[in-house]
Amino acid sequence: MSFAMFIQHVFNALSLGSLYGLIAIGYTMVYGILRLINFAHGDIFMVSTYIVLFCVTLFHLPWGLAVLVTIAGTALFGVIIDRIAYRPLRSAPRISALISAIGVSFFIENVCIVLFTGVPRSMDAVRNELLVRTIKLGSISITPLAIFVPVCSFLLVAGLIWMLYKTKPGLAMRAISKDIETTRLMGVKVDSIIALTFAIGSGLAAAAGIMWGMRYPQINPFMGVMPGFKAFIAAVFGGIGSVQGAMAGGLILGFVEIMIVAFFPELSGYRDAFAFVLLILVLFVRPTGLFGEELEDKI
Amino acid sequence: MKKALIALAVVIIIFAGWFVMKPASGPSANADTIKIGVYLPITGGNAVGGGLELDGVKLAYEEQKEVLGKKIELVVVDNKSDKVEAANAVKRLISKEKVNAIVGTYGSSLAMAGGDVAEKNGIPMVGTSCTNPMVTQGKKYSFRVAFIDPFQGAGASQYALDELKAKTAACLIEVTTDYSVGLASFFEDHFTKNGGKIVAKLNYQSGDQDFTAQLTEIISKNPDVLYIPANFAEAAIIMRQARELGAKFEILGGDATDNPEIVKIAGKACEGYSFTTFAYAPEMPEMNETQKAFTESWKKLYKDKLPNALAACGYDAYSIIIDAIKRAGSAEPEKIQEALAKTVDFPGVTGKTTINATHDAEKSIGIMRIVNGERKFYKVVDPK
Repeated sequence: MSFAMFIQHVFNALSLGSLYGLIAIGYTMVYGILRLINFAHGDIFMVSTYIVLFCVTLFHLPWGLAVLVTIAGTALFGVIIDRIAYRPLRSAPRISALISAIGVSFFIENVCIVLFTGVPRSMDAVRNELLVRTIKLGSISITPLAIFVPVCSFLLVAGLIWMLYKTKPGLAMRAISKDIETTRLMGVKVDSIIALTFAIGSGLAAAAGIMWGMRYPQINPFMGVMPGFKAFIAAVFGGIGSVQGAMAGGLILGFVEIMIVAFFPELSGYRDAFAFVLLILVLFVRPTGLFGEELEDKI
Repeated sequence: MKKALIALAVVIIIFAGWFVMKPASGPSANADTIKIGVYLPITGGNAVGGGLELDGVKLAYEEQKEVLGKKIELVVVDNKSDKVEAANAVKRLISKEKVNAIVGTYGSSLAMAGGDVAEKNGIPMVGTSCTNPMVTQGKKYSFRVAFIDPFQGAGASQYALDELKAKTAACLIEVTTDYSVGLASFFEDHFTKNGGKIVAKLNYQSGDQDFTAQLTEIISKNPDVLYIPANFAEAAIIMRQARELGAKFEILGGDATDNPEIVKIAGKACEGYSFTTFAYAPEMPEMNETQKAFTESWKKLYKDKLPNALAACGYDAYSIIIDAIKRAGSAEPEKIQEALAKTVDFPGVTGKTTINATHDAEKSIGIMRIVNGERKFYKVVDPK
């Protein structure tokens, strides 16, 4: 493999991995706080792509505004899911909330089939021409999007980490992740903080959804399933509960997926299987994941 | 334990009640009508193709609502692009609706799932655009108006060799569908047999949306043509990513990409893309009488849509069943089966159709190309 080709693969992997990472953060934050694996997260991601598409095509919002509306709308959607499907089950056994999550996932997918039909739609309207035109650097071809996606993702994660460690709500989140009852006794509005967690996780999924839609411009009601699984694996790999870990896990998964194809082209059909093998290995060797060693400090 | 027993009792009572309430139905319920069942993917991943074919079936039904002096009743069920649902759909058509014959379906995997059920119950089934050889293999009651993948894969290869002057080719295959794997291997067989060389063969799985790794690898091998026997949505994204990565080679696909939506999703990236499909297009230069008549009556029924090859397949599948009923002089499933097996030179919209020993249609293959954002009928190919 030539060096140029390797660089090309690195760019491919960076975009894919950082998108996995952004979605993974939603899993990790909710898990960190509620010990709940929000299986509907991949579908929240899917819904965001439809929101941005409709913002642009139906309501003719300018691009920037459409992005803001999408992130806000998806955040709200996440909060509503928590309010309806998870909050009533807060004191129930953890398995109940998990089953509820799976139910919500199926429900969202099927409602979307009814509303938007199963026919894939083009995200062309949302793609900004400046971002998708190909630039040639020797034998490497990249689109500005391939740089925009990772940069944007890192900025969002940096912002989130700042929020977690430097602001009051961030402190409250970290406190809840340690001991929800004591935090409640300390006078923190636990439910509002949990709602905020869902809002942030879903908002980041929306950011990922918009960029995903620009990079892979075809959306359908089941598009969230595979990225959802992959992001979940990334979250576990990075140490579920850790934001940095989720991002790192996403990037590693992206690299593994791309490099498997790059170095072993004949195995390219099994690349999804490798993701799951990775998950199993991590669970064997290091059940708490890369960044998840201290069990007391989640999120 | 007690609660579980109560729950069980409630479930049993509900089901028992449902059986008691259910009106008695039987084949004798309405002997004056002939029922033709249709199972197609109206929702799910294959919804676009299924919907187009259903339009064709409906048009054929509008034209022929009676046969042998009896009314025909069309029963349409959705197989949801899902193998299990397809089997259930056929089960429902046979046991609940008591159909005499079945039209369907788009998608070879779905046709195989449904065909097994039809075979067990002895109801003839005519596939629309399912092209995998396995669909009819070893089956008495499964037929189709489509040509099969060996034929289509060879046709694509013939076109690549003759028209695109390709010496080297790469394949990008969806490993989870019989359609894609089959088509690619038949393409490869024909291409290598005729002096071409396959320089790269890469795979992906359904649901994948990132093909950059595979495409980077393929681009580095610099083939003359890339063969992608993919579904239209994946094909569109593959083309987009290929062009974004700077790919210059020709791209060639199969009939699953015969869908107007592909231009919307792939945009400029699909310019010059060619694919094998059934030999009908509303804009084809030379039309025979059947094709002219079909195009005319389509325009009357569907004012805002253009006809296409998939709709023509649906139309042909229904028409060939009615033709068999006429020739058999009976709507008994057994008699329809016998007549269908003897179909010779039936004037279908997608070409003159002869059902061969394996119950597959023998007909020419059409090549379509996307030129200036529009699908254009390019030429008819007969693979050698």
